[in-house]
Amino acid sequence: MAFGRDHELHTRRFGRNLGLGLVLAAFVALVFGLTIVKVSQGNPMQAYDHAPRPELVQPEVGQ
Amino acid sequence: MTDLTALDQSPEAQFGDYVALLKPRVMSLVVFTALVGLLVAPVQVHPLVAFTSILFIALGGGASGALNMWYDADIDRVMNRTRGRPVPAGKIAAGDALGLGLVLSGISVVMLGLAANWFAAAFLAFTIFFYAVVYTMWLKRSTPQNIVIGGAAGAFPPMIGWAVATGGVSAESVLMFALIFMWTPPHFWALALFMKEDYANAGVPMLTVTHGRKVTRNHILAYTLALAPVGLGLGFTSIGGPIYMAVALVLNAGFIRGAWRIRARSEETAIADGYAVEKAFFRFSLAYLFLHFGALLAEAALRPYGLGGW
Repeated sequence: MAFGRDHELHTRRFGRNLGLGLVLAAFVALVFGLTIVKVSQGNPMQAYDHAPRPELVQPEVGQ
Repeated sequence: MTDLTALDQSPEAQFGDYVALLKPRVMSLVVFTALVGLLVAPVQVHPLVAFTSILFIALGGGASGALNMWYDADIDRVMNRTRGRPVPAGKIAAGDALGLGLVLSGISVVMLGLAANWFAAAFLAFTIFFYAVVYTMWLKRSTPQNIVIGGAAGAFPPMIGWAVATGGVSAESVLMFALIFMWTPPHFWALALFMKEDYANAGVPMLTVTHGRKVTRNHILAYTLALAPVGLGLGFTSIGGPIYMAVALVLNAGFIRGAWRIRARSEETAIADGYAVEKAFFRFSLAYLFLHFGALLAEAALRPYGLGGW
């Protein structure tokens, strides 16, 4: 059965799809904004990723 | 009949039906109390981090609401108050509600951990577990203590808000929890008194069904009396102050008076006036909680001007 672009299903589900689209766009914007805040606050942005990262090693007390 | 025509004939769930699955009215209480918990904490949080945290605490609460609607679809179908919910109304399949609840639980916990801290995230995960599993699956259908213990799930949000800011727990956050925890039973039992047939028809062992209405009236007064020291005690902590104390004194006196009137009434008198006192007490209970937390917020807002707090 042909599933035409203008099938009635598309119009019926438009509101639902639009809502989900807006939620996803808002989520992306939120994660972006959160990243900017975290970076500008100087939070550590690196983690162990199976490559040596000496700057992540905490200096021992007394050194 | 093809699959597509079958789809055409089924009622189409709209975006709003999925929102309804998240119990937006309960969510508003979660947002408000969690926000107060976060704002009265002694640690400043960046506004976007605070906004994100509250959003995902609310989403976690919504996810537990969806899980509740998935599990309780059978009894929701029987009760007048709940039969219009998306699953019993046939708009959303029970399995879809389960899927949405699980996915949103995961997203909300992970996002709260990334935005704030993992202690707050673990707390949120425990809250979702408590509401969906401990309350909905274990307690609700098995004991009249269901809403007493289950009320803890609704009482955790201010503690999570506090944990977002401070990364931990304190006397203040425990007392905010205790305030909602002790408030929940009289609030729901007042509702159960005037929604009389609903819980009995659904076979939910509400106190009114298992122990009778006289016992329920006595319990409302007992819990209201036990609630007062918690409400007033919060005023003596670092987040309290004269405004809060004045508000708490008036509200607790009013709440005890209402509970006393409920206890003094017979069922015949209540039926005669259409449960007027019970309904008024229920409405007052909503204002009670809102104003206690509003007063805490006022104390915090005035503190920078040297007015709030002790």
